[in-house]
Amino acid sequence: MTLIHLAILLPIIAAVIVGLSKKYSKRIHTGWLVLPVPLLIVIYFLTLIPDVNRHDVLYHSMNVMPNIGLNFDVYVDGLGLLFAILISGIGALVVLYSIGYLSHREDLTSFYIYLLIFMTAMLGVVLNDNVLGLYLFWELTSISSFLLIAFWYNRERSLYGATKSMLITMGGGFLMLGGFLSLYLITGSFSIREMIAQVDLIQASELAPIAIVLILLGAFTKSAQFPFYIWLPDAMEAPTPVSAYLHSATMVKAGLYLVARFTPIFAFSELWVWLILLTGLITLAWASFNAVKQDDLKAMLAFSTVSQLGLIMSLLGLGALGVHTGAAEELFTVAIVAAVFHLINHATFKGALFMLVGIIDHESGTRSLKRLGGLMTIMPITGTMTAITAASMAGLPPFNGFLSKEMFLEVMVNIRHADFSFLSDVSILFPILAVFGSIFTFIYSVILFKEVFLGKETEDTPKTPHEAPWLMLASPLILSLLVIVFGLFPNILSQTIIDPAAMGILGTTTALDTQIYHWHGFDSPALWLTVFIIVSGTLLYMTRHHWMFIYEYHKEHFTLNYLYDRGLVYSRISSKQLNDKFVNGNVSHYLAYVLGFFVIVSIYTFIVNGMAIDIRTASPITLQEMIVVTIILIALAGILVVKSRMVALILLGSIGFSMALLFVMFRSADLGLTQLAIETVTTTIFLLVFSKLPDKESYKYSVKLNIPHLIISVGVALTAIIIGYSAYSNRLFDPISQFHIDNVYDLAAGGNMVNVILVDFRGFDTLFETLVFAIAGLGVYSMMRLRLNTKKEGDDHEEHIDESRL
Amino acid sequence: MELITIILAGILFGAAAYLMLSKNIIRIIFGTAVLSHGAHLMLLTMGELKRGAVPVLDETVDAYADPLPQALILTAIVIAFALTAIILVLALRIYKELGTNDIEKMKGDQNAD
Repeated sequence: MTLIHLAILLPIIAAVIVGLSKKYSKRIHTGWLVLPVPLLIVIYFLTLIPDVNRHDVLYHSMNVMPNIGLNFDVYVDGLGLLFAILISGIGALVVLYSIGYLSHREDLTSFYIYLLIFMTAMLGVVLNDNVLGLYLFWELTSISSFLLIAFWYNRERSLYGATKSMLITMGGGFLMLGGFLSLYLITGSFSIREMIAQVDLIQASELAPIAIVLILLGAFTKSAQFPFYIWLPDAMEAPTPVSAYLHSATMVKAGLYLVARFTPIFAFSELWVWLILLTGLITLAWASFNAVKQDDLKAMLAFSTVSQLGLIMSLLGLGALGVHTGAAEELFTVAIVAAVFHLINHATFKGALFMLVGIIDHESGTRSLKRLGGLMTIMPITGTMTAITAASMAGLPPFNGFLSKEMFLEVMVNIRHADFSFLSDVSILFPILAVFGSIFTFIYSVILFKEVFLGKETEDTPKTPHEAPWLMLASPLILSLLVIVFGLFPNILSQTIIDPAAMGILGTTTALDTQIYHWHGFDSPALWLTVFIIVSGTLLYMTRHHWMFIYEYHKEHFTLNYLYDRGLVYSRISSKQLNDKFVNGNVSHYLAYVLGFFVIVSIYTFIVNGMAIDIRTASPITLQEMIVVTIILIALAGILVVKSRMVALILLGSIGFSMALLFVMFRSADLGLTQLAIETVTTTIFLLVFSKLPDKESYKYSVKLNIPHLIISVGVALTAIIIGYSAYSNRLFDPISQFHIDNVYDLAAGGNMVNVILVDFRGFDTLFETLVFAIAGLGVYSMMRLRLNTKKEGDDHEEHIDESRL
Repeated sequence: MELITIILAGILFGAAAYLMLSKNIIRIIFGTAVLSHGAHLMLLTMGELKRGAVPVLDETVDAYADPLPQALILTAIVIAFALTAIILVLALRIYKELGTNDIEKMKGDQNAD
């Protein structure tokens, strides 16, 4: 347990304290108590920056379950530290914002407990070296996210969104665990650093593609990549601080972290590069295209988040490509730097935008674009900040989004120089998709600002809008300032944070010395692409009423949401149908399954293993025995067909007495005796019970021939005969009875071997058989006496007579 | 003789299966009784039949029938009897409570779940 373990676990400790201090925090907003936690953590992590810059990697182990390899091993390099600072820093801002956003009427204690659990989980994910520990924290983020989305649990949409995100992210997380386990099978280690050291082993393994696909499924579901992005727009039912924190700045980046962290391991694989690259670009284009049609501001931001995550994902794919080819190394280093830079930028501007949308919602009562307009004069501060952050999102100078978007476009254009499988043939596709996505990003950024703040004021809002209190404006203000500062002075980030993180992704220790410039000169293709994006984006925005109809073709039936909903409904219906069909409450069906299974398994075993039937030592057959056997067969046939249960009972009795005869013929005197006695008593009990069962008719109806039952019964008979024969003819050992025969008098002082075995050699059998008998007697007695639901007294009297007769 | 008793035991099993698959609870109980007869016969056959005298110590005899399966069957007969008795009384009680011996009518409320 070191200071850094404590830093990770501090939020969850604070969560316990918040829970315990619930009744003392009536006067003061719980958020003020929570605020110091992320502040302390972010200050601590900022002090680690010099260490990481000197490449002093921090590694501290803590044993949890060392026997199965599950340890809490903390490992801090540039990449982990970047995420940790983002998580705790934005966490502090979000807590501050939530103090203004959530009132005392809400269940604040629960809210902050969930939020603090999430913080610990997220820090645990990004600072873990042990993949099992990483998986545990990963699932904890899914659980806390589920709780936060369903914070207003009496709303149906919240529950729907929470369930959906839970199903998708947990499903992905579970697959990811499979990937981790395959990596363990290859390398024999759960430590990421040791896996990196054994990368040649992974490269040679056949399991590697499976591990790649499974881990990527985990990353794609968490980071809302195509086609798993569908949970993110529905997660917008959460309170806005949650959307800002989890669904733009931190949790959705866990997938990006995972991809970045495993790049040194998997970058050798073409599968890894192609999957990440293509999924990222498709997500980018598709989500920005869909964001434009959204009416709800938060839904628009959700699609925007998906699209930006796709952008970062594709850049990570290109970075992996650089490791793969080794050629044009500089180009792909730029891709990694751009990915890291945009990751930071997106956290700043998207966090701010969510908070600003939250302010608009809070002060005007609606988030619908149709009902908002002309808020600039009423909410000038909010409006200005929205303009700045939206411009950064659109990629306009001089804000930070411009810089990372420039780098992105440059990399996408230069991709044609890469020498990688058939990449050069399709390289034209990448800039096209990138520019397409960027144009739509520009359009929805414009809509976001212009439709809400410009134009004429609408009187449609549920509340009269007014400027928000400073408490709520503080956090977006800090983030907007960061947007400007990072935009104007990007190099304060490049040496301190971006380079160590990029080196962490590339797995190198050579310094990169990144310098980020605004001006690349006129010969830079990215500049002209940016100009093209702005011009065509403006044109498309102006003429949007003429082309918005294309979204009409996008019918409900073709959306992924529809598939998801139908899939859920059909899985529920089909499992119910399956259940109703096979678990139908009909006991004879169940017995048929059991017997059928027995027959099929036995036949299969005989087919596979064969059988040897050898009746070399059969004893002679006598006429008397044959007569008895014939009697049994005739009686048996009679039981099956007669319609009177009395006749059937007599036939059953005759089988029992014939069995006694057989026992006598087979030299078993005691058996014959017992069988005779028992059969007599059994028949007597049957007769007694029959006299109490008046509906003789019902027996008649059940005699009808049933062909499926007949087939099963014949199968059972044949199987039993085959098993009996093969068991009999393949005797492996001599019987142990010779011991009993030899020692019956010397050891037990008895002459009757069967009885000596029963009471002496194997007396325990007899003891418990007696117990069975006693229990049966008690059972019969209590079944006749016990009346749980007492009926009329007349009935009771009648029953009493019955009992005495029994 | 073992051949014949094994076949007989198999037929007893088959008939028991057929009886137990029917709807009437009395036939099911008949089925269990037949099943136990089959099992006893099979047990006895596995110990080999008629390979000596009745297993009671006698100075003049040098080969006895296998006593161990007989002891096992004796236990089994008693347990089978206890079982038959209890399910018979159970059938009686079911009839008194529900007024039927048809197991398909004993499903209870299908909409309860």
